[in-house]
Amino acid sequence: MFLSVLFYLFALGTLVSALSVVTRKSPIAAAVSLVCCFFFLSALYAMLDAHFVAVTQVLVYAGAIMVLFIFVIMLLNLRGEGGLVRPTWAPRALAGLAAAGLVGTGIVTALTAVTAKLAAETSPEFGTIEQVGKTIFGGPYLLPFEVASVLLTVAMVGAVVLAKREL
Amino acid sequence: MDQIDLHIPLGLSAALFVIGMAGVLTRKNALIVLMSIELMLNGVNLAFVALARQSQSVDGHIFAIFVMAVAAAEAAVGLALIILLFRNKVTVELDDLNLLKG
Repeated sequence: MFLSVLFYLFALGTLVSALSVVTRKSPIAAAVSLVCCFFFLSALYAMLDAHFVAVTQVLVYAGAIMVLFIFVIMLLNLRGEGGLVRPTWAPRALAGLAAAGLVGTGIVTALTAVTAKLAAETSPEFGTIEQVGKTIFGGPYLLPFEVASVLLTVAMVGAVVLAKREL
Repeated sequence: MDQIDLHIPLGLSAALFVIGMAGVLTRKNALIVLMSIELMLNGVNLAFVALARQSQSVDGHIFAIFVMAVAAAEAAVGLALIILLFRNKVTVELDDLNLLKG
């Protein structure tokens, strides 16, 4: 019971901070809201027995990616844009929200077919680093894993080449 | 945890995806558009994790970790592009970038 209430609270926090990300004027406020969202999501992952994913979420998303975002925002010294809804682009906001609403209605309609309860029990080692590691390195995911490391190297080199003033 | 319906995490993931999509479609600041994309990726991750829990298989966790790796690469390159953009046009407002408009 207590865990269920906690789960709903974290879900609510995720939703509120996500809404805050797309409605803040200043990029720095949006970035801080996004960090909150990532922490709530990490708590949800932990409650869904995805312990390793929860830790990775905090380390990679809330740690590395958001530091990069905030660093760039402060580097560029950005001020907030002129507000969420300007008269000149109200049609655009309307069109965007309508499209998102349409997709959302579709997804939610598809989801109402799902009525199962969450599986009650998981084995104690479900989602631990040991099990995830064995699955990555002992199965068909080994090659994609190594390819992901190549992708990260390429992205790193690409970012340096793009952002450097002269090579 | 057994009182929770499966469609609570799945519905939350759909909501995150749609909120992110609304952000991508309506915001003008390129940085906030990138953040909205991260939001969409996280919505997908939540669906992966919830369904992995339901099917008692960690394959979904591995996909979530791959999504994080791709998101990190995307953020690095995207932010480098934004810095480049700012250096050349001194703006990150997407409406001011109409070089290819013809």
